[in-house]
Order: sequence, then C-alpha cells, then structure tokens
Amino acid sequence: MSTQVTREPTKLRDVSASGLLEGKDFLTFDLSGETFALEAILVREVLDRSPETNVPGAPGFVDAVANFRGRIIPLADLRLAFGLAVTEATQDSRIIVIEFNFEDEANLIGLRADKVFEVTTITPDSTEPAPRLGTRWRPDFIRCLAKRAGEVIVLPDLARIFTVCGQPEHAA
Amino acid sequence: MSEEDGIEVFRVESQELLEQIEQGLLDLEHKPGDAVLVASVFRALHTLKGSGAMFGMDDLADFVHHCETAFDRVRKGQAPATAALVTAVLNAMDFMRALAEQRKAPAEEGERLLAALHAAVGGAAAGAVEAGAVAAGAAQAAGTPAPVAGAARYRIRFGLASDVFVNGTRPLPMLDELRALGPCRVTAVTDNIPPLGALDPTACYLGWDVELRTEQPRDAIEDVFMFVRDDMTLKIDVIDDAVVAEPQTDAGAPPAAKAVAAEAADAKTVRSDATVRVPAVRLDELMDRVGELVIAQARLKQIAASSADLNLRSVAEEIEHLASELRDSMMSVRMVPVVQLFGRFRRLIHDLSAETGKEIALVTEGETTELDKTVIERLADPLVHLIRNAADHGLEPPAERLAAGKAARGTIILSARQTGAEVVISVCDDGRGVNRARVRAKAEENGLIAVGAPLSDPELLNLIFQPGFSTAATITNLSGRGVGMDVVKRTIEGLRGALELTSQPGDGSKVDLRIPLTLAIIDGLLVRVANARYVIPVSAVEECLELTPAQDLRSTGRSFLTIRDALVPFVRLRELFRTGTKPDLYQKIVVISTGTDRIGLVVDQILGDYQTVIKPLSTFHAQVGSFSGATILGDGSVALILDVAALTAQAAHHDSAPLRAAG
Repeated sequence: MSTQVTREPTKLRDVSASGLLEGKDFLTFDLSGETFALEAILVREVLDRSPETNVPGAPGFVDAVANFRGRIIPLADLRLAFGLAVTEATQDSRIIVIEFNFEDEANLIGLRADKVFEVTTITPDSTEPAPRLGTRWRPDFIRCLAKRAGEVIVLPDLARIFTVCGQPEHAA
Repeated sequence: MSEEDGIEVFRVESQELLEQIEQGLLDLEHKPGDAVLVASVFRALHTLKGSGAMFGMDDLADFVHHCETAFDRVRKGQAPATAALVTAVLNAMDFMRALAEQRKAPAEEGERLLAALHAAVGGAAAGAVEAGAVAAGAAQAAGTPAPVAGAARYRIRFGLASDVFVNGTRPLPMLDELRALGPCRVTAVTDNIPPLGALDPTACYLGWDVELRTEQPRDAIEDVFMFVRDDMTLKIDVIDDAVVAEPQTDAGAPPAAKAVAAEAADAKTVRSDATVRVPAVRLDELMDRVGELVIAQARLKQIAASSADLNLRSVAEEIEHLASELRDSMMSVRMVPVVQLFGRFRRLIHDLSAETGKEIALVTEGETTELDKTVIERLADPLVHLIRNAADHGLEPPAERLAAGKAARGTIILSARQTGAEVVISVCDDGRGVNRARVRAKAEENGLIAVGAPLSDPELLNLIFQPGFSTAATITNLSGRGVGMDVVKRTIEGLRGALELTSQPGDGSKVDLRIPLTLAIIDGLLVRVANARYVIPVSAVEECLELTPAQDLRSTGRSFLTIRDALVPFVRLRELFRTGTKPDLYQKIVVISTGTDRIGLVVDQILGDYQTVIKPLSTFHAQVGSFSGATILGDGSVALILDVAALTAQAAHHDSAPLRAAG
C-alpha cells in the first residue's frame, strides 16, 4: 500500500556491457576528435553554450553550474574523465542536458560537448566490449565500443564516471 | 478515487483525529469531568472507529471501540473521567497510531493496554457512586441531560432525507442500534410513498415510528442518528412519565431540538472554515514556478529599463507588481502557525513527567506565530531534544526545588515570536541552570579544551554544542543517547538559523533558536569577487568596511583586523577561491557572524541588496562546503550563495587553507 511516486527509472545498467539487447537510438557527439554516444532517451535537451558559473573547490570534472530553465544544473566535462584535451568553446560547442539517476536521485546534468552530430541507431551486433589493453582510457569508464562506417564510437559508463570523478579527491 | 487515495485520506484524517483525542485527553487531565471535552474525545473516537472500519482496518476499529465504550460511559455520566482512565487511553494512543498507519503492532501490547483500560474503567465503576454525582453535575452544567435513573418509554419518529442513500446511509443498522438500547416496536410510516409511476427507486420515502423502552438517556437515542442529524426530521417524546422527567423539558425548547441546532451550528462553522488539502510537493512546484517568474520578471525589467518604449515599460512595471504580490501570497500559503508544532510537545511533557518523576508544567506562548511548513517539520526533532534536556538536566526533582525555595512544579516555557525576517523560538526552564564546573570538567576530559584553558562564559556554554559532548553523569532513557546538542546545532544551522544558550546558575537556562521565516527566499547581499558574483545572506552580515591599503599590505595569508578593539580574522575570498586575478584597488570587507564567531570576507565590490530565490546545489557540489546553494540573477546567470556557518568554521579552525583550484 505504498504511496510512493513511481518514476520511470533511467537505468543505464539495463544495457549490460555484454551488449545491447536491441537496437536503440543514440545521440552521437564529439569530444576532442573522438566520437561518443549516449542513449537518446537520457537526453533532455541540447543547448548552446550559455554563461557558466565556476564553483570554487569543486572537483574539476564538475567545476561549474549553469541555469537550465530555472534549475541549477552541474556541468560535467567528460573530456577530463577520458584525459582528452580541453579546448576553448567554439561555435559548435554544446551542452547536452541529460536526466540521470545518480545516488538514487534523478539529476539533471549538463555535459560539455565539442560538437553534437546526430541521433543514430546502434545495434548489438555492431558493438564489442572495450579492450582491456591497448587503450589509454580507463576501461571501466567504457561500457562498450560500437563500430559504424569504419569509425569507433565510445559508449561511456556514466554511472561509473560520475561516481569516480564526482568525488572531491579526484580533483584534477 | 482509487483505494490508495482512500487509504491516504484515511491516514491523514486518522492522524488528525488521534491528535484531537490526545489533546482532549491532555486537557481532561487538568479539567476532569469537563463534559464538553469528554464529548469531543468521544466523538473523535467514534469517527475514528467508523472510518477505520470503513477502510477495512478492523484491528483499529475493534481497539478504538473499547476506548469509545469507556468514554461513552463517562459521557453518559455512568462513570467519572478518572485520571486512571485518561492515562490508560493516553497510553494506548501510540498503539492506535501504529494500527492506523498499518504498522506492525504486537497483539499482546494491545491486550495489555486493553486490560489497563478495563482496570481503569472497572476501578471507576466501583467509585461511581460518589464520583457519578460530580460527573452528573458537570454534565448538567454543559447542557446535556443528566442520566435517567430508571427505564423510560420514548416515542421516536424519524424521517430521512430522500437522497440519503446516495451518501451510503442505511436505515436498517440505525433501527438495529435502537433495538440494542432496549425492547422496541418499529412501525414504518409509508405516508410519503408516491404512486409507482413517480417513484424514484434510489430515494428514501419511508419514515419510522419507534416505541422504545430503555434505561439509556435520551442522548443515546440521539447518538444513533449522529451522522445524519443535519438532514433528517427527528422527534423524541417521552411517553411514560412515571420515571424522572427530563430536567430541561419544561424549560422551553426540547433538548433534542437544542442539540440539533447546536450540532448544525457546529457543522456550519466547520464548513465556513473550509480548507483544501494540497500535497506539499505541489506547493514546492508552485514555489519553483513563482521563483522562475520572479527571475524572468527581473530580466524583463532590465530590458524595459534600456528601452524607450513607454508601453513596454508600463507592462514591465505591472508585471513586477503582480510577480511580487504572487510571491507574497505564495509565501503565505506555505506558512503555518507554530501551534501545530507546540501541540505535539504536550504529550512529550506528559511522558517526561511520568518518566522523571518531576512535576512539569508546559507553558506555550506566541502559538500564532507563523513559519514555513518545511521549517516547522525540521524543527520538531531539535525541539524534542531541547525539551528533553530541559526536563532531564535542567529541572530539579521536587524536593530539591522546594529546598531551593522554588515551587515543586518545574516550568518549561516554549515561546515563539517574530522579529523582522526571523522567528525566535525559545525553550526556557526554571531549573538549576548549567553547571559550569561540570561542563568544563567534561570538556577537559573529552579533550575539547586544554586543561585550565581560559574561557569566557559564553564560550564555556557553547562547548555543550560541540560534537561528542554530554554532561549527563548517568545515561538515562531521555537524554544522552549519543545524539547530542551538536545535532541540534547542526539542524538549526542547516535551516540557516542560529542558536544561543543563556543560563543563570540556579535560575534555569534558555535556548533561543533564531530561524529565518522561510527556506525558499532570502535577502542577500550581492558581492563580486574577481569576475564572479556571490550572495551573502544579509541576516549574517554585521557591517561592511573598506580594506585600507595599510591593512591589506600588512599580511598575506591569515590576517586580522581591528574593529572597535576586537580582533576579527579576515579571509580574502579571491585567494580562497583561487581566482588568479589581481585585486581591485579598493577592496571591501563584509563582516559576517554566526552569533559566536565573526569573520571578515574580503571582496572586490559590493553590488547591493538582492532578494534571492534559493536553489539547491547538485549532489556533486554538496560537499564543496563553502556554498549553501545558488540563485539565478536577473541576467539569467547563476550566483553561488556563501555558507556563512561553514566559512566561519573554516576560518576559525583551519589556517584558511585555500580550496583546491577548480579546473
């Protein structure tokens, strides 16, 4: 007889590292020349870069906040998590606002992207697990890799990244 | 309405009823035999039983039934409202709460409580002969008829409203109830039945004539119709006057009519005082929208100010008016009187009194003072703790009090008053006061202070709020469970409030909680550090000064400033936030205080007053510590709100080490 508000849980873990259950829509975007992808269902909105407010003392990975329709959302920089070069914002730079369950709370989080490409379908048979060796990135940050037209798309493990990089001691 | 909704409605309603019962019982302790109170407790019990049964909570209905029966006897003057009975029902309150909330409640607990209840009632019955007279007197004074000594015959004629079935009222159980009062003969009055063609099958056309012989008073008959009295015709006549006549029958209007009229008046006042129950979440959403509107309006104002269009300007002005009015009414919706909070502590005092064996009187003042609903909720626990402390540590046992020339009964005063944008809630006792020597000994023992460290009196008292401090020599059931005054302090600071302890040895102690009226909006001072803007809550600001070049040069790192012969440390926010920019030529110092600690914050520019809608920071930034929230400025950008308590604590305890650089 609980009267809990039922909220549609956004579970990234549903799509296990072993592969995607079925073809899903993904939003692809560019981070310092590498292509990444997120489930399109997570994405609330893609914004132009807007004024940001730095939060002194915050972990470098989430060093700023911004106003998103009257709500104050943290801005995260996946480039720092993957050790990619952080370049100045350009005309193509965007903020991808996602709704993401983190520490049992639904959060709106803005992700900085150098460029946003398109929404595309990624099928399970085009994916493979991240190689344990031979990558300069932390393998636990990658859910899997997808191949498309000779290009490799990285599907990041956001839950893992937020847990590790959101901690104060991980300040870059 | 789904079943879930129904249960939710019942849960809220039952809470209110239980509250009403509890308050009534507590009042009865002081005014035993007050017929109005007895009646109100009975009514609440009766309704609770009814709605409990309606929602299938048979355990609750059964249990409440016993309490109701006991009170029914009191109401009818067959038993006095003894202290034992009141206590027995009070003790059963928590059990009933558990049942109402469908929590697991051990059956044996219920049996034990019922046994106690029966014992109380039984004991009452034994003493009923002399006490009955008292109760009867009280009952008469309240306008209800005295118990009838013998059996009387009544003719009861009643008709129900034709749409009575729509509300789920069933006449048959009423007739059964009448039968239960005594032998009776029921005749249906069929005069009003229309011809078949005009008959509405869902309407009630029947009336009833009942001849009843009963020992019960007239009240009992009226009670049968308790829930339909507003909408029915009821006539009760005594046929056989061989027994004692009703005292009021020759005084004009028949008592039944009077009672009905009174009941109707009651119902009317309830209706005119109509309220709407709204889930708090919806209020929060509305508040958010209003906050956004205020922000959007500020932007409009900026645009209008830079435009030559007079029409735009006048619309912008109008919207500014409307937005500020809307915000004010929104705030008032969230405000509730503190009586909601204070009411809960009467029970606590009752229990504390029993547990400690001390006589305690609770005096409440300023119950109409209003506070934000969320603030009230969060104040409950700290206040429980403060009151427990006052009862356990503060007040002396009666013998000790008498020896000290005080009244045997200790007093705890709980008061609320509004001063400006703050509400001050005080818990004050007339006990022995804080034992300074013991506080010092304890603090030294726990390593909170160095042995023999020189401390001012306020500093010494403030040690009580340090984590890990507890003066209770023996850990009792009441206090000293590990959660100490530091938790109280933290909760209050979490509400952006402050607390202050004053104590006169021998005369008692007083804790003042200063709470902002609302959590949603604060008055802020907008300042600039490098190119970023920050908000400092105005309530914490003591004064603003200029940092003279001489003071600036004297030191880097940690610095002190002399303000009227007091040494105040100051922190350069530019360095703390590692902005890496050059300071402005004329820097300002904003002196902030938390009541005990004072520090100065060096900023580049003071931009002015700013009414601020507070928004929480995300999980990622919750641990940063220097900020209590953020707000959106007129131009749509975000400004962080400085956490005064955290900054002063940082400055006081660390060497103001710069925060890790961002980015």
